[in-house]
Amino acid sequence: MSIALLIVVGALTSVGLFLITARSLSRIVLGFALLGHGAVVALLASGGRPGSPPLADQSTADQISNPLPQALALTAIVIGFGLTLFLLALARRQQELAGDDLVEDDLEDRRIASESRLGHPTDDEEQGAP
Amino acid sequence: MNWLVSAAIVAPLLAAAGALAWRDHPRLRDGVTIVGLATATAAAFGLLIEVVSDGPTTINVGGWNGELGITLVADRFAVLVLPIALAIIFVVEIFAIGQRRTAWGANPELSGPLLGVLTAGVSLAILTGDLFTLFVAFELILVSSYVLLTHQGQREQVRSGMTYVVMNLFASTLFLIGLAVVYSATGTVNLELLAERIPELSGGARVGIGAWFFVVFGTKAAVFPLFSWLPDSYPTAPTTITAVFAGLLTKIGIYSMIRFHTITSMDELGSVMLIIAGVTMVIGAFGALAQQDVKRILSFHVISQIGYMLMGLGLFSAAGTTGAILFLIHHMPVKTVLFLTGGLIENHEGSGRLDRSGGLASRRPIIALLFAVPALSLAGLPPFSGFIAKFGVIRAGIEANAVPIVVVALVAGALTLLSMTKIWMGVFWGEPHDDDDAERLLTSTSRANRTLMVGATALAVAGTLTISLFAGPLFDLATDAANDLRAGTILDGAER
Repeated sequence: MSIALLIVVGALTSVGLFLITARSLSRIVLGFALLGHGAVVALLASGGRPGSPPLADQSTADQISNPLPQALALTAIVIGFGLTLFLLALARRQQELAGDDLVEDDLEDRRIASESRLGHPTDDEEQGAP
Repeated sequence: MNWLVSAAIVAPLLAAAGALAWRDHPRLRDGVTIVGLATATAAAFGLLIEVVSDGPTTINVGGWNGELGITLVADRFAVLVLPIALAIIFVVEIFAIGQRRTAWGANPELSGPLLGVLTAGVSLAILTGDLFTLFVAFELILVSSYVLLTHQGQREQVRSGMTYVVMNLFASTLFLIGLAVVYSATGTVNLELLAERIPELSGGARVGIGAWFFVVFGTKAAVFPLFSWLPDSYPTAPTTITAVFAGLLTKIGIYSMIRFHTITSMDELGSVMLIIAGVTMVIGAFGALAQQDVKRILSFHVISQIGYMLMGLGLFSAAGTTGAILFLIHHMPVKTVLFLTGGLIENHEGSGRLDRSGGLASRRPIIALLFAVPALSLAGLPPFSGFIAKFGVIRAGIEANAVPIVVVALVAGALTLLSMTKIWMGVFWGEPHDDDDAERLLTSTSRANRTLMVGATALAVAGTLTISLFAGPLFDLATDAANDLRAGTILDGAER
């Protein structure tokens, strides 16, 4: 595995991880895009050393690089693309509903926070869904 | 019998396509969905009979060998879980058809086709013989679950859906990186070859891979401390969707964990798994006690019960794996039924909140009965299936001299019973609330639709009782499946 690819994987993963810790969903989308790229490059790198292009009259089977991880990487890219679109749609919907695209605290977090503030839960915040 | 394997995966996909094409014709659409799900369920039961009599079978899709191509494996473990999983979806779809015209129902134009895609994903995840196809199957399940959860676009659903999507997407990315690690370490993603090659790796790489996939599958299965997305998102979805999610999604995570960690003999992770199993049980049980809404209580129970399956796996003994498999088989239908009765309660009372309902036992005794049977089963009382499952896991714990985890399991069981009592006192006993409350969402369901919903739930309850009726053969079958898995020879005696 080449050191350059390793550095690329490391850089993509660390920036991606930093971005998905954000509250804003648009940053999280970017973070997942980078993380996904990091994973895809890692998959490519797992195929071993690079080989010559797989052209019928120019190289034999043992000269070309391993095609299996590349097939896996392609599948992963397609899935990642679809999910990025879905996340963007979700961010858009959240913006319509709430005016921003921030990921909100879950019900238990809010309940515990209100209990520590007021000493008892208000009926409103204890309200379950839907 | 190879066509049976294909039918379990292809039939629901075709049904989804048909239901989408005829989405403007309600009867045709529902008919296509039901026929597709029924075909897949029948194929799964056929596969169970075939494999029990003739032994496991495999298909190499497209004729590629296992190292390069996609392999589908119908071994004893897979055929034990598959029919129950598909039967659950089938029953829930019947319930959904009855529920659709109420305010609690899911959008039929989308939920039918999406349920078909989800079913195909579940079949593929259970039958797959390689790790990458498992990843694809997870994505099939998750993508349809994302849409099912958020397609109504209500505020609560989008809010909790964001947590759900982000958590699961992160786990999927970890899965992908894990695949890269496994491929560079072993040169294959085929599970059968991994069973040979992973134990040959050096200690650090082996345990590292095991721990990595424990986190991946653990997030999908909602074990402590990766469960926070579950009780937040499940209750916001329409009942039928929640019933499928609670019955299947986390269970597919634990199914994959049982398969992967057993065939690759990750025994070193056993003690970590047992500790996490204990914490998961207790946290889930206490979380349930603190809730005031039927569906939220049941959601926390999902977490608590995952702990028992993890305990069986973490023991890494034949008896422990058998117990985990039995628990999986018992838990899937029982949990689904409980959420379906939760749906019946909401439909009848206009709310799932404990303080807004009451006295349902005298007004609708049939709902009370349909709730009581799976509730007692979940708490592990004989003669229901929960007793057999818990007995299997706890006996394995005693055999392995793992006293602390056995004590924790018994305490968590008592706490589960306590929170079931809470639902019973809140919803079925006491005085009915007749106040005109804005929170209520009372809907006029026609008698035929109500009968369909109650009928579907009754069918599922009968299914859970059948499981306890066939406890003996199931126990033997689960033992065989556990031994196959532990030997790592999932294809032992298979036709190639």
